[in-house]
Amino acid sequence: MTIQEPANVALAGIPAPGLAFVILVAALCLFAYIMNRRIDLLRKAMPDPRFDDIGERIRLALVYGFGQWKQPRYLVGGIIHILLFAGFMILSLRSLTLIGRGFSAEFNLPGLTGSVGMAYEVLKDYAVLMVLVVCIVAIIRRAVFKPARYAHAPGQGHEAEAYVILGMVSALMLTDMIYDGSHLAATGHTDAGLLPAATVASLFMAGSSPAALNALHIGGYWAHILIFFGFLNYLPMSKHFHVITAIPNVFFANVDKGRIKPVRHGVDEWMDLDECGITRFESFTWKHVLDFYSCADCGRCTDNCPANAVGRSLSPRMISIKARDYAYKYYPVFGTAPDPGDIKFVGDVITESEIWACTTCGACENECPILIEYIDKIVDMRRYLVDQGQVPQSLQKPMQAIKKKGNAYGGAKGKRAAWTKELDGIEVKELKAGDATDLLFFVDSCGSFDPRIQELSRSLARILAKSSTDFGILGQDETDSGNEIRRLGEEGLFEQLAQKNIAAFQDRQFKEIVAFDPHAFNAIKNDYPERFPIVHASQVIDRLIKAGRIRLSSDYLAGRVVTYHDPCYLGRHNQIYYEPRQVIQAVPGVRFRDMERSFDRSFCCSGGGVMLWYESEEEKERMGERRVRMAEQIGAQVIVTGCPFCLINLEDAVKTTGNEGKIEVIDLVELVDRSLV
Amino acid sequence: MDIIVCMKWTPDTSEADLTVDKEGKDIRKDDLDFDMNDWDRFAIEEAVQLKEKVGGKVTAVAVAPEDAEGMLRECLARGADEAYQLWDDAFEGSDGYAVAAILAKFIKDRPHDLVLTGTLADDDCGGQIGGMVAAMLDIPGSTLVSKIQISDGKLTCHRELEGGLYESIEMDLPAVLSVATGLNEPRFVSVRAVRKVAALEIPTLELGDLGLEASAVGSDGSRIRIELMELPPEGEGAEIITGKAEEAAAKLAEILKEKGGIGS
Repeated sequence: MTIQEPANVALAGIPAPGLAFVILVAALCLFAYIMNRRIDLLRKAMPDPRFDDIGERIRLALVYGFGQWKQPRYLVGGIIHILLFAGFMILSLRSLTLIGRGFSAEFNLPGLTGSVGMAYEVLKDYAVLMVLVVCIVAIIRRAVFKPARYAHAPGQGHEAEAYVILGMVSALMLTDMIYDGSHLAATGHTDAGLLPAATVASLFMAGSSPAALNALHIGGYWAHILIFFGFLNYLPMSKHFHVITAIPNVFFANVDKGRIKPVRHGVDEWMDLDECGITRFESFTWKHVLDFYSCADCGRCTDNCPANAVGRSLSPRMISIKARDYAYKYYPVFGTAPDPGDIKFVGDVITESEIWACTTCGACENECPILIEYIDKIVDMRRYLVDQGQVPQSLQKPMQAIKKKGNAYGGAKGKRAAWTKELDGIEVKELKAGDATDLLFFVDSCGSFDPRIQELSRSLARILAKSSTDFGILGQDETDSGNEIRRLGEEGLFEQLAQKNIAAFQDRQFKEIVAFDPHAFNAIKNDYPERFPIVHASQVIDRLIKAGRIRLSSDYLAGRVVTYHDPCYLGRHNQIYYEPRQVIQAVPGVRFRDMERSFDRSFCCSGGGVMLWYESEEEKERMGERRVRMAEQIGAQVIVTGCPFCLINLEDAVKTTGNEGKIEVIDLVELVDRSLV
Repeated sequence: MDIIVCMKWTPDTSEADLTVDKEGKDIRKDDLDFDMNDWDRFAIEEAVQLKEKVGGKVTAVAVAPEDAEGMLRECLARGADEAYQLWDDAFEGSDGYAVAAILAKFIKDRPHDLVLTGTLADDDCGGQIGGMVAAMLDIPGSTLVSKIQISDGKLTCHRELEGGLYESIEMDLPAVLSVATGLNEPRFVSVRAVRKVAALEIPTLELGDLGLEASAVGSDGSRIRIELMELPPEGEGAEIITGKAEEAAAKLAEILKEKGGIGS
């Protein structure tokens, strides 16, 4: 029995190739129009030079795009996605082939003929079956098992779209199976081993009349073509735009980790601009708009957001979704744009409490499978609020103190080195302009003025003295590093602070800067416009231990179970995970355990620097309390951290969770100081 | 509506080690950082918010030496339309009365519907200026104002009283109101906001510009003479209570009862 091929059958009197041509041209024209409208907003948005470092960008696209590297961080969802993605990759060639078969029954893509073509037929048939099964599993998972991270507040999500997409993909697979299965049924060449999908379909058609098989073959074909083009045009209208934009989004991802974007790329005299920050939607950079387009609403960012976890209104994914909704509404593909009237993007669409709730810990960005950025957007929105004078009262005082006195504590400049007075027998050099030293110890405001953190300054000084390291401090000439000032959106003040410290650095000679505060470390390393060699205290200590210049004893830890809390600005923002752990491991016989959330999944303690002053009215518990409970779960008796603000937050949390006397929080420099032999 | 806000430039004593100067009549101020009086921050904010609501012009004014220009510029950044610095060497040593006289003269010579100031200043806590300026201008005034409403040329304000009560007062304009802290949420002033007003001129008016006599200002025009300023003597009998929280609390309660801190 023979079967008629779609290309040879006229429909309603129109020859198939003509029909295929009309559909192809119409669908592509529509797609081009839609994409052009979407890209139009990117063109209106702010510049961002993302064409540098092409090698790294290709690597990102290969690893995170095609390699789906982050997907398995959520195992079930990740595997489902990888299978779907692999299926799509394989079936993209099939789709092109099928489009061609509307023009000619014998059409095959160049290279996909002969035995290669046969092999591809088999591969694609397995892929069709796999994608169909995966879609059904995904539908069941969403509808029945309802993973919490997919949930939305009423009226805020686009849950239904997920089913539309899964339904369309399933329909694409089914129509392909009908098209191939009817052919198999007609010719009788079933082969479950080689063509499982087509064979399964053919079994359902067993005993059908030749006319019915013909109709199925031709109907399945055209249905497939129509659904395919419908799908293509639906993507840029929905939350599944990521199918198109994800790979470009990964390719154009931020390659400057830890650094905040300038107010406007390519503008040094930003103070003279009319606008600062996100005054309107088009103030976002084109890449940030592409991020909004690309969010797949998978919820991983929010699931890892510490602010969200404790009840603050911030949800990173809702920033993307609300922004995309805004973009789709006010920059529509069809029709005229409605007037937003008094609705302000910053303030009404994204509220002030969402914007200030962020600790800039970076957990969201780190988790996003397609490398969507959030911190720069939050900072740009804060820049607008700061420019309008809208800053929470709890943050204003420390920020003004930094502006007037160079530190958030209101301490007098002359007292910056006062902490050194309580060091027995150790003289800390206050370096004057022109002085030289090996290691310049950048103490920062917290180490200079906070009584608890001054202890860390003294600990590091003792360690350096014990190891006969030549070091000195800036004393009065040091000012706040500005890490949080920049992240709170006060760019003008950040520039002043950076310039003061840069001038102080340039006036002295040193081999390296050391800081025990990861925030200061990050600002100097990544944000300052001039580059200086800088290391974190954990790196210096690790080197000293390896060089045999200091030795640790087990006396202080005395067999207690120790865990390490990765500070955000040491770990996620600067990838320093191993040195602090190596230092802890240098204590003889140490009983070390990592918490479940460790390394790049560490859980923020609620923010450092000026963020320490921020009072959230929304949170139900402190982030630090959550973190201490995580340490409690693994039976830790000592939490070592590498950040003075983590220390303060976690020490408080130990008290408020009733763990005083049971769990000790200690900074790495203190642990080393107390364990010195 | 023309609103004039009287600002004070005060030393920040919160984190400083205070010492008395050689003459024993004032604290040493050379090492202290000066800043806008915190109470006045609420006054200037209220003025700008009123202007944003009902329109008009906000003028900031301070009797303060040259160094205080930064504070007045900050007032411009906060939304004031103009700022004046009133200073003359003859003003040195003025007490509250003399400062009020200088301000009253300044205000009298220009349109004013409302004069705002902080109720107190962070440094000497005199709380004199508002009342005295009102008396000198012969217009109504009130202190510790926690809410201001203006409609049809009438002013209604709330005053904070003890025990969470407040009273509501209606008065005619012009009037002088000394505000309480917390009646609004003062805006943040960024470096860029200050830079935007960097080119605005802040005129300095001296004795002659204001048409004042030297005898009316400075120590000659003052009615208070400081005899001696001393740091409080170090107290005795401070006791640090140690032990477990429950025991320490019990001990503290006992001491408070014994010394009359709480009723028995």
